[in-house]
Amino acid sequence: MLVKQVSAFIENKAGRLNEIADVLANSNIDISALTLADTTDYGIVRMIVSDPEQAVLALRESGVICKITETLAVAIDDAPGGFAKSLKTLTDNGIEIKYMYACISHAVGKALMIVSVDDPEKAQELIASTDAGKVNPSEIYRHI
Amino acid sequence: MSKYYQPEIETMPYEEMKKLQDERLVAQVKHVWDNVPYYRKKMEEKGVTPDDIKGVDDLHKLPFVTKDDLRECYPYGLLAKPLGDCVRIQSTSGTTGKRVVAFYTQKDIELWEDCCARAITAVGGTNEDVCQVSYGYGLFTGGPGLNGGSHKVGCLTLPMSSGNTDRQLQFMTDLGATIICCTPSYAAYLAESIHEQGLRDKIKLKAGIFGAEAWSEEMRKDIENKLGIKAYDIYGLTEISGPGVSFECEEQTGMHVNEDHFIPEIIDPETGEVLPLGEKGELVFTSISKEAFPLLRYRTKDICVLSRKKCSCGRTLIKMAKPMGRSDDMLIIRGVNVFPSQIEEVLIAVGGGNITPNYLIKIDRVNNTDTFDLDVEMSEEMFSDDVKSIAKVENAIKDKLRSILGLGVNVHLVNPKTITRSEGKAKRVIDNRKI
Ligand SMILES: [Zn+2]
Repeated sequence: MLVKQVSAFIENKAGRLNEIADVLANSNIDISALTLADTTDYGIVRMIVSDPEQAVLALRESGVICKITETLAVAIDDAPGGFAKSLKTLTDNGIEIKYMYACISHAVGKALMIVSVDDPEKAQELIASTDAGKVNPSEIYRHI
Repeated sequence: MSKYYQPEIETMPYEEMKKLQDERLVAQVKHVWDNVPYYRKKMEEKGVTPDDIKGVDDLHKLPFVTKDDLRECYPYGLLAKPLGDCVRIQSTSGTTGKRVVAFYTQKDIELWEDCCARAITAVGGTNEDVCQVSYGYGLFTGGPGLNGGSHKVGCLTLPMSSGNTDRQLQFMTDLGATIICCTPSYAAYLAESIHEQGLRDKIKLKAGIFGAEAWSEEMRKDIENKLGIKAYDIYGLTEISGPGVSFECEEQTGMHVNEDHFIPEIIDPETGEVLPLGEKGELVFTSISKEAFPLLRYRTKDICVLSRKKCSCGRTLIKMAKPMGRSDDMLIIRGVNVFPSQIEEVLIAVGGGNITPNYLIKIDRVNNTDTFDLDVEMSEEMFSDDVKSIAKVENAIKDKLRSILGLGVNVHLVNPKTITRSEGKAKRVIDNRKI
């Protein structure tokens, strides 16, 4: 399935990441997954949160530059090689993978991969029919 | 209708123009020497008398006048005519210190309005046109100047003044305005409103005359596209008369200076030395026709270039380029002249919007070499969840600045609203060099 990821710009200064976590906590928004891509000057925080729209509103109000992008949630199979197979399905069909990171589903205690691709719609179609694509939304957005 | 308002002046061969300037300058120098003690004192201090000034070639012998002189002489100290002969004052918006007030006799008003009429005619204005003047009226010279010029051309004049956008748009559409005069930023705002309200088909505008603030070529293109008009620049300053000191023609490659009234010079802002034609420096004006408030060699602080290249419009009046900044703002980094306005143009182009991202120029000197850093506030338009896309924006800023300035710059993207603004105006430069 496709999940809405919230990404935010942060300067590489102490405390910036805390600020973002505080803003979300104060709005009762839970973070299911978080990853930071950084350069020497700045970083991009990418998050899966319980309410992406509300998160963006709260962050913007605090002056944080942020946006929502569609990413693909892929279930990690218990069997070895399962995730590799999913990736192969995507790349074999010309989908470019920009980045990915892991996420634990609290609901079912299962690991998921969040994958950013150049064509989310097409990637979703390719994965949906496989076991890895059968991710229940409740496993991702905790409050849904 | 002629394409020139005063063809005999606007297309006068330069030899004749110079003769006219010589005569007027000699008379003007005598006029201020006889009537303004402050000028006489300044000239005496420099060891110059009216006998030394035989024409334009002697102009460089005269002392400069600066804004500080105007402040010191406020309000009547530079007045060269009895108050009984004066009919008007105009004033600058003076943000710091005392205001500058300029006085006009009826003849001064006439020649100022003639200059504005030349500008309106140059953009194709005739007595068939409806000219909407949306500059402020009052002490500010924008409204009164273009208003008078519009009357002289015979346009139906809409004295709108600035503000009240709904009323502006109503008159523009109902009365079929064909020419609009306002500041470029207000033009951009009107263009945006017309676009939003879907009024593009209801307006009849063909040309706009935009001045009184700095604007970029990008902004010109944007206004022209949004309104479907030709956007022309006009230059002026209250101290010299008001808008119409110089104006753009159909070629849109610089502004013709009304040099029968105002002689321009370009000087080195550091040494005060007159620079040869075509070199970049500070613009200086001498008003040779004005009676009440004639300024000799007034330093405008605008940095620009003059050119006598033949213009396709047929005017022989000397042309000045759009000022590229204020001498006050000019930075010298590794020997290169840098104006904050150049950086703004790049940021607008890269940001892809009409809004200038907030920025801060930081200069320092490390191991005898200038360092040049530029903080740019991140914006929604520039942001992406992907590092590569952001790097692309950073590199575009670096590459454009390198090609315009020939200088390498370190670009740092920072959080929005982290660059301090004071009184709405942002501090643009931190120069830590100890020279
Ligand atoms: Zn021309």
